[in-house]
Amino acid sequence: MNLIGSIIAISLLTLLALGISASRDLSGVLTAVVPYVAFAVFLCGFVYRILKWGSAPVPFRIPTTCGQAESLRWIRREPLENPAGAWSAAGRMALEVLLFRSLFRNTRVEIAGGRPVYGSAKWLWFFALLFHGSLLVIVLRHLRFFVEPIVPWVDALSALDGFFETGAPTLYLSDAGLLLALAFLFLRRVVVARLRYLSLFTDYFALLLIAGVAVTGLAMRHVFPADLNAVKTLTLGWATLSPAAAGETGILFSMHLCFVFTLMAWFPVSKLMHAGGVFLSPTRGQANDSRRRRHVNPWNAPVKVHTYEEYEDEFRDKMKAAGLPLEKE
Amino acid sequence: MSSLKIPKPDELIKIQYRPPKTAWQDTPVEFRPGTWSYAGAAKNLTALGLPNPRAWQPADLDWKLPPDWREIILEGMKERLEKYRSFRLFMDLCVRCGACADKCHFYIGTGDPKNMPVLRAELLRSVYRRYFTESGKRFGRLVGARDLTVDVLKEWFYYFYQCTECRRCSVFCPYGIDQAEITMMGRELLDLVGCNINWVVEPAANCFRTGNHLGIQPGGIKDMLEFLADDIEDRTGVRVDIPLNRKGAEILFVAPSGDYFADPGTYTCMGYLMLFHEIGLDYTMSTYASEGGNFGLFHSHEMVKRLNAKIYAEAKRLGVKWIIGGECGHMWRVVNQYMDTMNGPADFLEMPVSPITGTRFENARATKMVHIAEFTADLIGNGKLRLDPRRNDHLRVTFHDSCNPARAMGILEEPRHIIRSACNVFREMAEDTIREKTLCCGAGAGLGNEENFEMRMRGGMPRAMAVRDVVEKFGVNRLACMCAIDRVTLTSLMEYWVPQVSVMGVHELLANALVMKGEKERTTDLRGDPLSL
Ligand code: SF4
Ligand code: SF4
Repeated sequence: MNLIGSIIAISLLTLLALGISASRDLSGVLTAVVPYVAFAVFLCGFVYRILKWGSAPVPFRIPTTCGQAESLRWIRREPLENPAGAWSAAGRMALEVLLFRSLFRNTRVEIAGGRPVYGSAKWLWFFALLFHGSLLVIVLRHLRFFVEPIVPWVDALSALDGFFETGAPTLYLSDAGLLLALAFLFLRRVVVARLRYLSLFTDYFALLLIAGVAVTGLAMRHVFPADLNAVKTLTLGWATLSPAAAGETGILFSMHLCFVFTLMAWFPVSKLMHAGGVFLSPTRGQANDSRRRRHVNPWNAPVKVHTYEEYEDEFRDKMKAAGLPLEKE
Repeated sequence: MSSLKIPKPDELIKIQYRPPKTAWQDTPVEFRPGTWSYAGAAKNLTALGLPNPRAWQPADLDWKLPPDWREIILEGMKERLEKYRSFRLFMDLCVRCGACADKCHFYIGTGDPKNMPVLRAELLRSVYRRYFTESGKRFGRLVGARDLTVDVLKEWFYYFYQCTECRRCSVFCPYGIDQAEITMMGRELLDLVGCNINWVVEPAANCFRTGNHLGIQPGGIKDMLEFLADDIEDRTGVRVDIPLNRKGAEILFVAPSGDYFADPGTYTCMGYLMLFHEIGLDYTMSTYASEGGNFGLFHSHEMVKRLNAKIYAEAKRLGVKWIIGGECGHMWRVVNQYMDTMNGPADFLEMPVSPITGTRFENARATKMVHIAEFTADLIGNGKLRLDPRRNDHLRVTFHDSCNPARAMGILEEPRHIIRSACNVFREMAEDTIREKTLCCGAGAGLGNEENFEMRMRGGMPRAMAVRDVVEKFGVNRLACMCAIDRVTLTSLMEYWVPQVSVMGVHELLANALVMKGEKERTTDLRGDPLSL
């Protein structure tokens, strides 16, 4: 149901894009107004969500420890798995964000021979990394549309990305990687029964939307080449706050834009916000030093406790009979 | 539970990882006997001043909720979203990648998809979205939101009392989403309308009044410890003394009470007493703070604080310099994550320094509380103990990392160091089942009761099977662990799945090997089993 729903949603979006590109006025809005609105929603929404999360206190230190803690001098500790201070906590976070450390640990389980058997399962780690890595490169490559002259490192990146020079125009590795990873992530959700069971509409929609962006982009590059000069005039116009009227950029381009702007505007309210949230995670970002250093809970509420005096009052006779020392005879 | 039909191991292992046909939102929970725990008794709720004490059971149709129960829960949710970043973040952050799905021992042992940590969290998230997010209010089910109904509440109860708060899922999640935190919040919310289980509320009520879970009064504690001293004398010829409530001692020792009341923990307790006697430690135990374990943790943050307060208060009253804590799982989660913040600062205590080796325990500088495994490993590392590991030659030992010390502290090497020094045959279980990936006993967090037996055996199955592996490979016959709850729950787990293995604490193993001044020639171990020297 969720899968079908998201396919319908994407189809509607595609129809909308077609409708827009058919009308001059609407195309004008899409290329002159919507970019700013989408970008503003994205930026403000992102900041708002981060502030909202960040404004909640972290009353207790609750890092998940994944290795030996700092202890006796001669016991080998693992600062990146069980950080004892801020630097190692930062290191741990970097491992997580850059290399997806936790996913690397992934195992799968099945019952074989009357017992559970664990196997290494690094596929999710591999494709997740491929997906995010490719996405990053693609976004950076797009900078060439927004700056003039193109900064050298963007060119260098593009050259590296197209290193194998397959096809003409060259097929970028990141494009291939992105498509491959998207296909894996999507199929995994559809094929693995328990993942299908837990997936919501939004999970499919996120993947399909990004796929929509990627496919229209690739089609413009390899199948129905877009007028790059017209595109660049337009994008430079956005960047310099003087949106030019759209030239003949084509239907595919309109679709590409529709998908991208939807993605941007939807980003802050969706699960894609994990991009920002991961940095705030108390179990990953904190050091395991609560026995070494005192931490203060900003709202530390008083509670009703049972004092020793009350205890002795209740059990005085019994304590006396047992020969235990008393405060009051 | 003699009336319960408990499946045989070979039936129980037939687990299907096939989700039901209906979507999880449309699959109501069925309270099948053997898979849930009795409701908290009214007298215990009253003793703790908790809301809505009444006679009820989870299998009843009518849970006798207060008329405004929905408002109470939503209000409680709002409050907790404001107080805990973990809660707020974990309600939003998940991408449902499923990396945590097959990591939970309850999922592995039941195949019930709502035992996948991600779905267990969704049970709460769906309500959060419906009432606390704009998209949830507007788009409802499309964005995974649903109304809070009595059925949803019952589902919460069933599944939040099918999570041992072990945090294994958190190790594998790319954002560290910790289902234990979510379960704690879920249980706190249920508590607000008086829905909790007796195995959690009764120990808490007892602990509040008498200082320990079983409600043993001061004289009883003394008798029990004297009884252990008699046993020690019988086995070793050495009479150890039992200092209780003694003012002016250097160190306060706090053990989990399970160790002096329940076999096989009693042998571990004998181990503590023998060790302290042998090194001549100036210490005392307390009847008021006679419990290190803290069932508040399975209940609410507030209850954690109420029960934990005794330890510092007693240390202050007795005028000790610092504190040692025994082999207990969640007690150490509380000490490590909450104690100083909740009930500190412990500025009336001194920096812990071992009087035997002079080691300064820098890692406990603020809490002033040292784990006995650290303390003992340090003694061994400095050559202060005479150990004869041959006395454990009748044992072939493997080690279960208890979830809390492993995943909330990272205390992994210290116990291994003690074990390696105290016995000759030590075999690790498979890599995917130890250290931070350790599998739960299946009955922590207050689930270790008899009426829940089937679920315990299911939840503990992955751990038991990992033990069975080393039994077949290496002939292991003893499972050491570092938690009082484990010592009890693993014992029934082994009886069910791997009957040739019995369970022990690390300090029992140590005490077997410990060569004491003035001891007689030992012919048996602490359990009275003959040595094979
Ligand atoms: S691993 Fe984390 S992000 Fe992935 S489904 Fe589980 S809780 Fe969600
Ligand atoms: S904390 Fe443990 S019991 Fe709870 S969901 Fe995670 S793995 Fe399962």
